[in-house]
Amino acid sequence: MAAQMAAGMATVNMTVNGKPITASVDPRTLLVQLLREHLRLTGTHVGCDTSQCGACVVHVNGQAIKSCTALALQFEGADVLTIEGLAAPDGPLHPMQEAFRENHGLQCGYCTPGMIMTAVDIVRRKGNELDDHTIREELEGNICRCTGYHNIVKAIAAGARAMRGGASASQAAE
Amino acid sequence: MSATGIGASVRRKEDRRFITGAGHYTDDINRPGQVFAYFIRSPHAHAAIKSIDSKSAAAMPGVLAVLTGTELAADKIGNLICGWMIHSKDGTPMKMAAHPALASGKACHVGDAIAVVVAETLAQARDAAEKVKVDYTVLAAVADPVAAQKPGAPQIHDVAANNTIYQWHLGDAKAVDAAFKTAKHVTKLDIVNNRLVPNAIEPRAAIGDYDSGTGTFTLWNTTQNPHVARLVIAAFVGMAPEHKLRVIAPDVGGGFGSKIFIYPEEVVALWASKRVGRPVKWVCDRSEAFLSDAHGRDHVTHAEMAFDAGGKIVGLRAKTIANLGAYMSTFSSSIPTYLYATLLSGQYEIPQIYCEVDAVYTNTVPVDAYRGAGRPEATFVVERLVEVGAREMGQDPAELRRKNFVQKFPHQTPVILMYDAGDYNASLKKAMELADYKGFAKRKRESARHGKLRGIGISTYIEACGLAPSQAAGSLGAGVGLWESAEVRVNPTGSVEILTGSHSHGQGHETTFAQLVSERLGIPIENVSIVHGDTDKVQFGMGTYGSRSGAVGMSAIVKALDKVEAKAKKVAAHLLEAAEADIEFKDGKFSVAGTDKSAAWADVTLNAYVAHKFSGQELEPGLKEGAFYDPTNFTFPAGCHICEVEVDTETGSTEIVAWTAVDDFGVVINPMIVEGQVHGGIAQGVGQALCEGAVYSKDGQLMNGSFMDYSMPRANLLPTLKVATTMTKCPSNPLGIKGCGEAGAIAAPAAVINAITDAIGTEQLAMPATPSAVWSSLQKSYKLPHAA
Repeated sequence: MAAQMAAGMATVNMTVNGKPITASVDPRTLLVQLLREHLRLTGTHVGCDTSQCGACVVHVNGQAIKSCTALALQFEGADVLTIEGLAAPDGPLHPMQEAFRENHGLQCGYCTPGMIMTAVDIVRRKGNELDDHTIREELEGNICRCTGYHNIVKAIAAGARAMRGGASASQAAE
Repeated sequence: MSATGIGASVRRKEDRRFITGAGHYTDDINRPGQVFAYFIRSPHAHAAIKSIDSKSAAAMPGVLAVLTGTELAADKIGNLICGWMIHSKDGTPMKMAAHPALASGKACHVGDAIAVVVAETLAQARDAAEKVKVDYTVLAAVADPVAAQKPGAPQIHDVAANNTIYQWHLGDAKAVDAAFKTAKHVTKLDIVNNRLVPNAIEPRAAIGDYDSGTGTFTLWNTTQNPHVARLVIAAFVGMAPEHKLRVIAPDVGGGFGSKIFIYPEEVVALWASKRVGRPVKWVCDRSEAFLSDAHGRDHVTHAEMAFDAGGKIVGLRAKTIANLGAYMSTFSSSIPTYLYATLLSGQYEIPQIYCEVDAVYTNTVPVDAYRGAGRPEATFVVERLVEVGAREMGQDPAELRRKNFVQKFPHQTPVILMYDAGDYNASLKKAMELADYKGFAKRKRESARHGKLRGIGISTYIEACGLAPSQAAGSLGAGVGLWESAEVRVNPTGSVEILTGSHSHGQGHETTFAQLVSERLGIPIENVSIVHGDTDKVQFGMGTYGSRSGAVGMSAIVKALDKVEAKAKKVAAHLLEAAEADIEFKDGKFSVAGTDKSAAWADVTLNAYVAHKFSGQELEPGLKEGAFYDPTNFTFPAGCHICEVEVDTETGSTEIVAWTAVDDFGVVINPMIVEGQVHGGIAQGVGQALCEGAVYSKDGQLMNGSFMDYSMPRANLLPTLKVATTMTKCPSNPLGIKGCGEAGAIAAPAAVINAITDAIGTEQLAMPATPSAVWSSLQKSYKLPHAA
């Protein structure tokens, strides 16, 4: 649906954190660039250029993806959720965010948004009772250099249990 | 202990912004009119630059400038420097070659910055960079530090014959030789301490912004020490005088040493901003980071330890060749010398130590401090020698360590340092209990039943932290003082701002520093904010590295708080109409001794500012005090880490099945944060031992320059970690803090390698002990059960 505009620009429409957006972008614009540079949603980070570190993880139509390795134009009409949309502004934190704070699951904070978005996706796929082994295997695509993962694993297990109450990512965005 | 005071695991104040995506890292900041820089880097390890043709690039859409070393020199932009002078044995100063921000005449490593394109968008800058034609004459290159010193090796810099920067030594060679002659047993090891890429997850970034109206520059930069960056860029690079240069280090996503240094890209961002009249932003790609962030370690060492008949160590000698890469980075010279050889006594009473260190240039990325910086290398040497010595002499490795521990403090080592306090028996004992050392033999049998080889490895490490007494550092060649500053600004309503020269990039200073203030002034922790990372706000500071922010940075705050309390008591005396000597301050309340008269903290702070109760001639209004704190000694965190592994004989893969860490960090402000620091340090140490290592081809190409190729520790590499502490108070600072940031990375590599070599029965194993490396070692040492 992306209509061509002047000088090689293209238009893309999507819903980001519950709000419809329209952007005119260079066709080679990555989803993460659209989020960070056009929409100024700078919570989604770029930590590598090979899809390894996971700092850029967002949810598209309810599933986690690495936004550094996808073109914005691929997501015409999609529903995108970023770390900024996980909890309502000034409302209570999402249980997974709360669990990361409570368990000291972050230090410098740079990988954290990607970790939290991945963690919520792990819960969607694997359920609320997660053992350490499962969490460690599922974090294969997220690199943290600060924490040694110990407290991230604790945080995700605790956050998963706390999400049993029903707070889901999509609800928070709506 | 109050709920938010010293010793409480207060949840971090800074976390909310990070978990909601509201942090402000350098790349999140955008300046009006901002344009983008993209660097053209050498694809060759060593090449003369014959010409750079930028005509067609300059004509590309959106391009504002293509700049090279020629323009840099024309604008008289000075070179980057190494700020620690080391003299060779023969008294000659180190051979520091020129390091321009953009290469001049030749490129000395793959990734060396040759030119920069500045354009309206990053995509335009990248597109134009493809059109820049650099004509190189490729020269022979050398990447291996040992090969670099050999006759006939390619010569990288004219100033350094045989690529040798210095040949330094420490200790008494003759006394060590004499000690070795008395020895009953000598253990000898050849060790390669593998080159690591720090890889903070936030790549480096810089925004240079020149204001032509005031003639001032502002630099937003991913730095661990903004004031030192300002000092170097002003005084040596000559960009602008210090008062015309503001450096801001906003949220910084990890550093581990690699963000201490002053790099070419931030210099170029400032310079280009003035050239094009627009703010210039540069953000590093990860692959670019592999080629431009200072690397760590990279030592080649031969070491020997001599024991007497009773197993007491009588001497240690080591010869190390340290690879400093293509240029001398900011503190590179000090790492393999005063941060390495001075730690070769470990936790042991060793009468004589002698160490020689040659530092060499190679056609590789510069090498400088990386978490631990010299101390992991020293610990690896000492802890491997002790472990192998015990095995060779048929002694229990724990018992041999205990036998040689320093028992009395203060203890003067033969390599400069004076250990002030510690109890090494206590941490060893506790770690052995927590690790069930006694039960290991049973567990080993159990593993064998499953076809696995089990091994256990101890590492009893020591580090010198709390860098550092300025006078001592100066006498060893430091170009700067290593004190720290603090300013306490009390507002009329009683809230407090602490301005510190320390910088947090994950360490949690906004919480721990506030805990100190909350406890000391008896005010809620919410009423304290920590201001750091801006040279316009904080007058001066030395930044964060070397586990110094607690021991040195917080001590400066204590000193400033002392002054605040003294001044507040004067105000309270006027307010309460009592003698100053009778004023007592406790739990946020001023009272007059022996009476029921008192005034709350906020009453006194308000009165300090309204100044209605005293004459401005006898007491100055206001409540703001500053302090500089210079430590009296290094601090000496120490402890014992025990690693237990299972090795799969068929694949060579190693699983860490248990990890026990018992550390003595002195007084702990926030146990939760300290444990987090230990976890992270261990992960980096395990990474070095099991999977990390920069691999250069002979001609200087980095073979694993991305996260696809360089193996970073993932969650499934590490076990759940058992972390505990013992405590001897540090006598060298007012809070008794020793520091905790680097311990894990220092202790871990030796613990892992001691465990694996215990499992596989050979000492012939280099780091990283990948499955392939372990499997190869196993083929030499071990008969597979089914192979007959």
